[in-house]
Amino acid sequence: MTAALLTVESLSKRFRGLKAVSNLSFTVPEGRILALIGPNGAGKTTSFNLIAGVFPPDEGSVTLKGQRLTGLKPNQVCAAGIGRTFQIVKPFGQLTVEENVMVGALARERSVEVARRQARALLERLELADAAQRPARSLTLPDRKRLEVARALATRPTLLLLDEVLAGLRPTEVDRMVAVLRDLNRREGITILMIEHVMRAVMALSDHVVVLDHGEKIADGTPSEVVSDPRVIESYLGAEEA
Amino acid sequence: MTNRGASPVGIALLGGGNAGAATGRGAALLALGGVTLLLAPLVADRYLLSVLTTVLWFAYVGQAWNVMMGFSGLLSLGHALYVGLGAYASAALFVHFGVGPWAGALLAMLVAVVAGCGIGFLGFRFGVKGVHFALLTIAFAEVARVGFDHIHWLGGSGGFFLPVEAGVSDPLNLRGSPLLFYYVILALTGAALLLARSLLHSRLGYQWLAVREDAEAAEAVGVDLFTARMTAVAVSSALTALGGVFQAFYFNNLFPEQVFSMGRSIEIILPAIVGGIGTLIGPILGAFILTPLGEGLTFLLEVSGLELPGLKQLFYGVALVVIVVFRPDGVWPWLARRLGLVRTSAEGEDAR
Amino acid sequence: MRSGMPIDYYLNIAASGLLAGLVYGLAALGLSVIFGVVRVVNFAHGEMMVAGMYGAVLLAGYAGLDPLLSAPIVAALLFVCGWGLQRGLVNRFVERPEHMQFILLLGIATILVNGMLMLFGPDSRNVMVPYGFDTLEIGPMLLDAVRVRAGVAAIGIAVALFAFFRFTRTGKAIRACADNPLGARVVGLNLDGLYALTFGIGAAVVGAAGALMTLLVDARPQLAPEYTLLSFIIVIVGGLGSLPGALLGGVLIGVSETLAGFLLSPSLKSLFSYGVLILVLLLRPQGLLGKRS
Repeated sequence: MTAALLTVESLSKRFRGLKAVSNLSFTVPEGRILALIGPNGAGKTTSFNLIAGVFPPDEGSVTLKGQRLTGLKPNQVCAAGIGRTFQIVKPFGQLTVEENVMVGALARERSVEVARRQARALLERLELADAAQRPARSLTLPDRKRLEVARALATRPTLLLLDEVLAGLRPTEVDRMVAVLRDLNRREGITILMIEHVMRAVMALSDHVVVLDHGEKIADGTPSEVVSDPRVIESYLGAEEA
Repeated sequence: MTNRGASPVGIALLGGGNAGAATGRGAALLALGGVTLLLAPLVADRYLLSVLTTVLWFAYVGQAWNVMMGFSGLLSLGHALYVGLGAYASAALFVHFGVGPWAGALLAMLVAVVAGCGIGFLGFRFGVKGVHFALLTIAFAEVARVGFDHIHWLGGSGGFFLPVEAGVSDPLNLRGSPLLFYYVILALTGAALLLARSLLHSRLGYQWLAVREDAEAAEAVGVDLFTARMTAVAVSSALTALGGVFQAFYFNNLFPEQVFSMGRSIEIILPAIVGGIGTLIGPILGAFILTPLGEGLTFLLEVSGLELPGLKQLFYGVALVVIVVFRPDGVWPWLARRLGLVRTSAEGEDAR
Repeated sequence: MRSGMPIDYYLNIAASGLLAGLVYGLAALGLSVIFGVVRVVNFAHGEMMVAGMYGAVLLAGYAGLDPLLSAPIVAALLFVCGWGLQRGLVNRFVERPEHMQFILLLGIATILVNGMLMLFGPDSRNVMVPYGFDTLEIGPMLLDAVRVRAGVAAIGIAVALFAFFRFTRTGKAIRACADNPLGARVVGLNLDGLYALTFGIGAAVVGAAGALMTLLVDARPQLAPEYTLLSFIIVIVGGLGSLPGALLGGVLIGVSETLAGFLLSPSLKSLFSYGVLILVLLLRPQGLLGKRS
């Protein structure tokens, strides 16, 4: 077992009395891919926002390689080594695709020209090179999702938070993205924490799965363990009926 | 504040990369414009020179305002505050302490930066956004307008006057003929254009644009929103204050009622809006459209002998509405595309 | 010297500030209604108010109408203008960025104020009413009859507006639209129609406030930007989108302006309002009665 890169400990957050996340603990081992799954409204995105510093938790802590992140602002969390994507994509619409990624690269790079070269390399890798000079808002949804990943990667994270980057993609596109992510993980050792609904991808990619329901962790294990867990099945079926 | 309505060419004109580069024709036209302005005094009479000076002044402060709104998405409706602070600071140094405007300008800029950053600090720390931030800027400008009426050391509401001696030519103290002032403001406008251009292509510039487009996403890729916004305010207020120094020494009189008025703040933002918010050429083009049209209207009124106070402003109002309805991105992006002055690469396919 | 003044004296000043503040509050109510529903900040608000003032001035001059009677006529005229403005221009800006809405309304404001300047000239125009110099004795206070009438009429109009939003179908539909535009569209409400109606109502309210204002102040085009800013200050102090907040803010600003104008110097009274605005923006940006977003 490798050392924990990210440690989330008894994280809780309420919104106007509604428990969005309660007493959530898990760890992401270095170099692994961990999937966070659960029905809609289970608190997955809230957990991401707590880790990324969008808002502070009511209780609990987040540490990355021993560095306490709790209370840091999103840009400081980024500096600490966490890159994230947004479930509802947020491109810098009027900037070109290349410039979008450059902004990410400029998080660690002073030189604009070096950042541009890094951006081009990443766009090549995410198959967006042809669109480099187009305004980001002219991209299709799958391309926007790829752009989110490229921009987050440009900040050179040790941990990548991916919020439903496969949702809305066609099966072939899912396969291509899965290949890219696996490659990033294997070849560059980037640790990934992903929120995902596409179970096929979760099964294919993740080493470990954490299941959330109503803000609480209900299961934690390998993909095959988790899908056969009766509590998980119940929570998903319940969600479907609703 | 996202710019949902802007056209794709907007990007080409403000972003970096290949898409933003001027075509040969664009560069040639820009050079031609610059040379024309340099040589204009050879043929221009006194009146035309004064009109051109006014045009360039608005182009200059429009460029300064654009750094805040166009680059960083911060709507300031109180830029008259920085003009006024710059004007009063340099004038006070000159009148009371004999410090010339070139040295005085440094202090004038400092005063404006302190004021701007003070407002920015309050606004950003307390999370005052959008319209509310704009109102905060108006409120401070209005406080200055009323407050300066009561500062007797600076002439109060009766006005503050700089000594004028006819026939003196002393460029070091910015005293001299209209020709001197013309070249000073031309140099300032050129310098502001170059500065804005290099800022836009810098790390800071890209971070500003990112903040303008989507603050939350910018923060997630490591941009410190507070620092990015504060630097935009600092740069914009310092540049604007320099415009105020020019104004003080050009007109030699300052009245709080005029200098800090909301109307003045609006005049400052018009060139960039008409020309194209967030573009480099927009504020300059806007000033060249608005001021001559206003002057032409004044001329027509004089010739026809009609007494219609307010017609000129009415016309500005109509211009605003027409621009924002039919060319919401300003005239420049449209013109540049029509005349092929910038490379637009693949943007033409943008389906919107 | 002034500290020797009896308490009644201050009470008197505060009361006349309060009455003027009710008219300010009514004007701000119009701004708040428009913002609360259409989500557009009406930067031409003071201009509409001054248009209302001129309406009352003209009706008094040509038909000898008391501003209290001309207020409904002026309101009806401004309703039509506001409705048309929303239909014709503002509606296509509802989804646009804030600064574009601002520029549009700034342009409209500039057209309005200078149009009035060209039509009526820069000099003040006043309305003569037979009770112009009457005073009413209420307890220890001696109040101008015009102020009392204007204040009471402002309350009356505000109450009518509250009732409209509370009890009528249309009023409820508009409120639904304010709470959740998407939801309102889903349940089949005609958003564009309701927006136009709301802008019309907002314009009517500020027009009526303008008519009442002629009892207190002479009409001049130059008042317009001042009233726009004043209305902003009031709604922000009271809470953008909160109707009782607008009235409360109006009264607060009215009283503090009058007191500051008396205690300090008349030219400093607006400084006081801006001070209040800055404090509220910083300490309670949602306003006194506003909801935190």
